[in-house]
Formats: sequence, structure tokens, C-alpha cells
Amino acid sequence: MKAWHFSETAYPYLPPAETYSSIRVTLPNRHFDPEKGATLWDRYLDEWCIADDEGIEVMLNEHHQTATCADPAAPLVLAALARVTKKARLLILGNPIANRRQPVRVAEEMALADVLSHGRVEVGFVRGVPWELAAANSNPVRTNERHWEALDLIIRAWTAHDGPISHEGRFFHHRMINIWPRPYQQPHPPVWVSTTSPSGAARVGARGFVQATFLTGFDGTRAVFDAYRKGWRDAGRGDHVPLDRLAYAALVYTAPSEREARAGAEKLMWYVTANKIVPQFTYPPGYVPVKTAVDVIRGRISPLSHFGASPTVENAIKSGIMFAGTPDQVMAQIRKVYDYVGGFGHLLMMGQAGFLEHDETVLSIKTFAREVYPRLKEGFCG
Amino acid sequence: MAGMIRIAGIDLDVAEYGDGPALLMLHGAGGHHPRHAVNALLSARRRVICPSHPGFGKSALPDWLDSVDDIAHVYLELMDRLGLPKVELIGCSIGGWIAAEMATKAPERFTKLVMVAPVGVKTGSPDRLDVPDVFALPPEELDRLLFRDPRRMAQDPAALSDEDLSIVVRNRETLALIAWEPYMHNPKLKHRLHRVAAPALFLRGDSDGLVSDAYLQAYARLLPNARTATIANAGHVPQLEQPLAFAAAALDFLDAERPE
Repeated sequence: MKAWHFSETAYPYLPPAETYSSIRVTLPNRHFDPEKGATLWDRYLDEWCIADDEGIEVMLNEHHQTATCADPAAPLVLAALARVTKKARLLILGNPIANRRQPVRVAEEMALADVLSHGRVEVGFVRGVPWELAAANSNPVRTNERHWEALDLIIRAWTAHDGPISHEGRFFHHRMINIWPRPYQQPHPPVWVSTTSPSGAARVGARGFVQATFLTGFDGTRAVFDAYRKGWRDAGRGDHVPLDRLAYAALVYTAPSEREARAGAEKLMWYVTANKIVPQFTYPPGYVPVKTAVDVIRGRISPLSHFGASPTVENAIKSGIMFAGTPDQVMAQIRKVYDYVGGFGHLLMMGQAGFLEHDETVLSIKTFAREVYPRLKEGFCG
Repeated sequence: MAGMIRIAGIDLDVAEYGDGPALLMLHGAGGHHPRHAVNALLSARRRVICPSHPGFGKSALPDWLDSVDDIAHVYLELMDRLGLPKVELIGCSIGGWIAAEMATKAPERFTKLVMVAPVGVKTGSPDRLDVPDVFALPPEELDRLLFRDPRRMAQDPAALSDEDLSIVVRNRETLALIAWEPYMHNPKLKHRLHRVAAPALFLRGDSDGLVSDAYLQAYARLLPNARTATIANAGHVPQLEQPLAFAAAALDFLDAERPE
């Protein structure tokens, strides 16, 4: 199994939550202190470098107009990581291509980052969380259709080497496509797609891309992975679905003692508890099917259903969205989810959030890398 | 004739009320309201034809359709199918936008035009929205902009069947599809409206929080033969909130100096 250190690079120094309606989309950026932000960015890059030194892979993402993630341009940070890390694979998960106007530009950015890193880039594509649509001014209807057309166009742009090709599709049009540089890895970098829905996963499986799912817990993750495996087999890719096609993202905090682990896990929960949102940006029209939207309005689907009664560390661990404790405890928690969902080859570890300080973040990275990771590699095939 | 009519491969749900001169009535983002009093009031003196726009109500939405311009073409074809060379036209909100697009494409086919709190053009400066962003408003604030009396008029999802709630959700989805960007307007439309020579009446409720009086006046000035009026004690949907006053204003205008 491969483990990846992931930070959503939050800017946590905010006024009291009761003074604003939403941490996303509308929170005024006067609350972003540029000096504090620059210091935070130094720190987040350092933490990825420490993960690299410890033999852990690196993952980053982007969000827009939100204090939960101060990275609105992940390709820029990917380029920096390509130079400051030495050996880690670099996973950008991902490029919100339904919200990008020029897929060919995305193909160029990823190819350049792949060259800068001498072939260490893994390219993820995401449809994006609903709050992104207002920020990107991107039509919330037909995002799936745009996503897949853009993805196919990007792969064509990466793999055409004999002069210009053209694309006249439903959403994108480009006559002279001939990117320089082309990717370092041939035929192209590994492709990841994230989805938390079974219908999306079946399509990813049919294509054989790496499937990532985020904080979906025991049953949600099993449904996604089952759909992926079915999609893979139905497409005639063979009975055996390699574990390295499946990735699970969870909140992870590992420390030598239960007391330290508990303190770190509590701070990590900021990722969940600070996400103050409003319905008009959470359920933009067309983002989910009509039937799902009706179920949400009726209260048949709750955003916090993973957590049972409330978002606590206990409930997060119990529902399989957090692995936190001593190395032995973390091993046991991972094993339980791993067995329940039918296995996975990548653990995406959200290892920093909110007010989890540098030393605390590094303690978890190092404890995991030295005490858990060797056992994971040994005990879990793939 | 009423029911499903297939136009350009799209199954359109078309309601009809009454007899008399043909009046095509184009609904706003909330969809057609078959049981509402306004239908009976207008149909007392007209044959009122109320199609549900593609993607609204029970009308189908094909993959290729994504704009008000597309809908305008579909409705010109619907008029052909119904054997209506000329009609009177009422358009409400985005229905007004569709009406304006139709009238610029075939001005000779419309004898009179009633635009009710219409959207569709950009009249103000680039640094502020002409129409408040309905997709960014909390639901209760949107209701305050839509209605003079939200307590009486606002829809309570709990009171709707799952089928009717699905239509509400789908209407909103199609609204986003066709009005998201450019927001609530076609930049080209205002350069075409000078062709619409038919007499036009631009109406708005006096408490409309979405279509301002300044917007209505500026829009009306783009047509050579338009005037404006206000419906008292109504918001953005005067045809539903004050059906009597609305029907009186519309029919008085349509009946005045009606061409034979």
C-alpha cells in the first residue's frame, strides 16, 4: 500500500464563526492576513518535504474562495513541489476540469509539472464540491458531461505527438492542439478520478483510472469500490481488479501515546467542524439528480449522516472516516475498513487541518512513517 | 388541443384554456400553474396557450438544448404546428426573455406583446448585477424579493407531493442551465429589439425585488412602441399575486385598438 500526506492548506485565523454566514464563497478576504498566509505556506510546503524525507508520497488539491483551502491554483504548488521534494510521487487531486474553460491548458500545466519533477506527477481530475460552482461561475448543470469530455481531450493532447490535432465536441472546441512540452511519463502520467458516488465509480472503473473516494466511511466506501470493480469487470478489463486502482482518503493522526493522538485528532476535526456553509451554495441546481435533491429537501439525506449523532472523534473513528491513535490502534482501524471495503492500494491521509501546529503535524507524519507504514506495506498486498 | 406535442424531437406539455384570439403565454422560472385563477381570467376573452418550456414542468429537455435562444426557436415551430401565423404574446420573467427573442426573430408574427417583469437584457453597468443573483440568495430572502406577501405566496415544500417537488427542483435546474452565464441576459438581444414594432406593454409589480423599475424602463426603451405600467401590491409574479389586476391590465391593453 502507498500512503500519501495531504493537507488542504487551510487558513484558520478567522473571526468568530457567528460573525459570518459561510466559510466558503462569500467570506471576505480582508480576513486573510498576507503575512500570516505566507508563513503558513512556508510551513505547509515544509511538511510535504518532511513527508518526502520520511518516504511518504505527497498529495495536494485546490479549492476556491474559501478559508478551508488557501490553494486556488494547485498546478502552481505542484510546480513548487516538483522542485523542493526529491523522490515522492506528487498527486494533484485534482484538477476541477468541469470548471476550467480550457482543457488543453490543463494538459499543458500537467505536462510541464511532470517534466519539472522528472516524471513524478500523478494527475487527478475532480468534478469539484458544489461550493466551487459559484466561485468558478461555472454552470452547475451538466458538470459530469463537461468533466468527461475535458478528461478525454486532455489525454488526447498528452498522447498526440505528430503535430496538431483538433477537437470539436459538445462543450469544448480547439483546432490546433500540439502541446509543448509533452509529459515526461509515457504514454502519460497515471490518471486519478475522485467520486463519492457509485454511479460515478462504475464509469471510472470501466476506464481503469485510479479511483479515490473521500471520507465515505465503511458502507459508502464499499459501495463506491464495489461499483468500481463492477464497472471494471463489465468493461471486460478482467476479473482481477488491482488494489492500486483504489484509494481511500481519511483523516489520520498517529502519535506514540494515546494522549497525544487524541489531542491531535481533536484538532484535525476542524476540517469537519469549521465547514460552516449555507444551502444555496451547498445544493446548486443540477449538481445532484432531481431525486437526490428532493431527498435532501425532505431530510432523507443528511450531510452529517456519516457521523451519527454528532461530529466527534469517536464517531469519526467509528464510522471509518478517521484513523487516530497509537500505531497499533491506527493499524487496527485501517485493517477494519480495509477488510470491510474489499481492500485498497492507496491511503490518502489528511494529516493537517486547522490549528494542528507544525510540530504536531510532523509528529504524526514521522510516527506513521516509522511505526505504521512499514507494517502496512508488509501486511497489505498491493 | 392540449397535452403533449412533439416539437424538434421534444415532448412539450401544452395547456390550453378558452376560445377567442390566440394568446401565447410564456411562464416564468416557477413554471406553469395549471390550477391558478389567472388562466380562467385571461381565457374569458382569449384562447390561451401555455406551453411548459423544455426542462420545465413535464416537458422534456434534450441534451442539445441549453439556451433561451433554443427555446425561442422551438416555440416559433410550435406556432407553425398549431397553425398560428400570428398571436398575442405574454411573457413572464424568463418567459419575457423568450418572448423578446421570438419577437426579434419573427416580428411580423406578434400583434401585441405583454412583458411581465421580464429579464433578458443587460442595461446597467458591468460592475453590478441588473438582477440580484437568485442562485446565491438564501431561500427566505429570495421569497422576499419574489413576493409582496411571502407569507401568502411562498411555496412550502412540505405541502407539496414528491412529484410536484420534483418539478420545482427540475424547473430551478433548467433555469440555471439557460440563465447562469451570461446571467439572465443575452448580450445580443438589446441590439435586436428595435425590430419589434408591435405595441408592447411592460409590467412589473410595485414590490418586485428582482426586476427594478429602472431596469423595466430601460428595457422598454429598447422597443420602438412600448410603454410601462405597474401592478400594485405585487412582487415579481403579479400574474399570480394579483391575478385580477394583472388580467385587467393585460386584457385592456390587448383589446385596445385590436387589429382585425
